[in-house]
Amino acid sequence: MSTTKAIMKESAVQSKAGPKKFSAGVILLAGWLIPGLGHWMQGRWIRAILLFISITCMFALGLAMRGMVYAPNTGDVLDMLGFVGDLGDGGLYILSAVFGWGHHIVQVVTADYGTKFIVVAGLLNFISAVDAHSLRVGRKR
Amino acid sequence: MYTPSHFTAVLLFALFASVVFGITQRSETRAMVRYGVYCFSLFVLGTIAASWVMWLIKH
Repeated sequence: MSTTKAIMKESAVQSKAGPKKFSAGVILLAGWLIPGLGHWMQGRWIRAILLFISITCMFALGLAMRGMVYAPNTGDVLDMLGFVGDLGDGGLYILSAVFGWGHHIVQVVTADYGTKFIVVAGLLNFISAVDAHSLRVGRKR
Repeated sequence: MYTPSHFTAVLLFALFASVVFGITQRSETRAMVRYGVYCFSLFVLGTIAASWVMWLIKH
């Protein structure tokens, strides 16, 4: 359980840390923009790395399965919710918009899995960013 | 193009989602690990159970 020990050490380092440098809003925004950055800025670097790897890998696997990235839309309710979920990917969503990733029609079953992977990666990133905010305001240790 | 099987997709999904759930839903390190493992088990076993239910409905 070396990871467990590393996280415990990280928590000990964090508890001895000096004054908080960043405001809660900045932490929330950073955590949304880059998965795990909100934790990293508070010295929770093991958690940050694990969150970054998990969310980014999920997004990348979704794209590798030729999943679809939802564009802003006012059509079907599920499409709109899909867009809201994708928006949670933050910087990854912006990159996909800039480079045109995931803008194709779903034709195979794995592409449908991929679309779900991308949406869930966004939702997990929302949770991660809110967790970083909770750490900053002291709602969580 | 990456084309995993259904089960591989489930395992990957469960792994990444469980890591995030473990870190974000618990405060203590050991509790995080335990909760992550618990979520992973529920994802995988739940999927297997649902698969059998669907198989039974079909037959």
